Amino acid sequence: MNPISRRKLIYRGVAAVASIGGLAVAERLASSYGLIPPDGGGIYGPGETLTYACQRLLTARTPAREFPRSMISKNPFANEVAPPNEEFKRLQAGGFRDWRLVVDGRVARPMSLSLADLKSLPIQSQITEVACEEGWSYIAEWIGTPLSGVLREAGVLPQSRYVVYYTIEKGLWGSIDMADAMHPHTFLTMGMNDGDLPVPFGGPLRLRVPRQLGYKSLKYLTHITVTDDIKKFGSGKGSVDPDYGYSWFAGI
Amino acid sequence: MVRVTHWLTFIAFVALLVTGGEIVISHPRFYWGEVGNVNTHPLFVIPVPASRGTVPTGYGYVMPDQNGWSRYLHFEAAWVVVLVGLVYGIYGLWSGHFRKHLIPARGDWTWRAYRDRIAKYMHRERAGGAEESTYNVLQRTAYLVVILVLFPLIIWTGLAMSPSFTSAFPATAALLGGRQSARTIHFFVSWLLLLFLFVHVTMVSLSGFWSRTRAMITGYTRDSEEGQ
Repeated sequence: MNPISRRKLIYRGVAAVASIGGLAVAERLASSYGLIPPDGGGIYGPGETLTYACQRLLTARTPAREFPRSMISKNPFANEVAPPNEEFKRLQAGGFRDWRLVVDGRVARPMSLSLADLKSLPIQSQITEVACEEGWSYIAEWIGTPLSGVLREAGVLPQSRYVVYYTIEKGLWGSIDMADAMHPHTFLTMGMNDGDLPVPFGGPLRLRVPRQLGYKSLKYLTHITVTDDIKKFGSGKGSVDPDYGYSWFAGI
Repeated sequence: MVRVTHWLTFIAFVALLVTGGEIVISHPRFYWGEVGNVNTHPLFVIPVPASRGTVPTGYGYVMPDQNGWSRYLHFEAAWVVVLVGLVYGIYGLWSGHFRKHLIPARGDWTWRAYRDRIAKYMHRERAGGAEESTYNVLQRTAYLVVILVLFPLIIWTGLAMSPSFTSAFPATAALLGGRQSARTIHFFVSWLLLLFLFVHVTMVSLSGFWSRTRAMITGYTRDSEEGQ
């Protein structure tokens, strides 16, 4: 066997140093442009960061796939979560008249909105697909008001980076970056297929993030908080999902 | 370079295979078209218990949920395949590896060449002449199909399942007939790749597993001191 020649060894050394240096520079650049996801550490961090960074460079502003009315699923699958808690039942008994959506954090004008308040905002609809990380999917018409409108009304302060959202279920929360939060297809959804949003599908209020998998579109939304520092929330990985082993970014 | 990329791809492929299997059992039903769920007719069902209680499998047993880390590792390994594939592709074109070792020689573009080579395999003839130092026409064809058809197709069908990627390139899903079609094709192509792996390892075994594997790791065969 030939020993590796000295010249080859030097070339390889230079290449190794250059690639480590290159990685460090790439990391700094990615970080300053907000291309590193909150769960970008650990052994799956490099893959997750590559995915998120590429998606952000490619898809920051691209519209969600929309479908013709004829493709709306006749029998959508609700994938019901655990039975609603006592507070939910109390609000349901009152016809959800006391349901509130609190908007706070880095906003100029914190708000507390009823469903009637939300319905008085411009109402839009989208026919988009819910795709679950398990593999199944369905298409429905979703009716609601874009989250971006509420955020503009509240006056998001500069340098805000994420919108954190909570549900009526304690401990069930998530977040999206500003690109997704301000995306015209990210809806505060109150209706589905020309009716009120049924409870199994997340009624009375569900966040729709159609460019990510279903588990980012949390049901029973009660509270949104705008922040510049996602590390302050939960275990610092952007949502409760990484605590269960699931990625924060679910665009793939 | 060919050897390094070969083994990196092998490691990533094993990771993709294992995690892909884990992801499939969370919903072991397949569909055709854009949508499909437990309320729609499946194209076919794999007869295994699912890792989710919401899938009616008839087993009355729910497997442990391994989807979280499986998805993390699946995409990380997919990045390895894509990046290593790019390096290999550029190197292969630039160094003449494809031209010299993968594209069948001009005289071999005939059915006869394939038939003759199959007959040689059937008679268990030892590789002689030029075949000692390069690939025969069947190997070249199989490798090219894997490199130019199966891997591109599995990456494409994988990306066609990404709701974010398809928002930028909706045609990637639409051309395949929809998201669920992409998932079904992805599943079959992974079987084709696994079939290739079986045949490949069988052929390597027939020509001497350890000597071939050593050659693929070090670049040297025992009887010739010359590197490939």
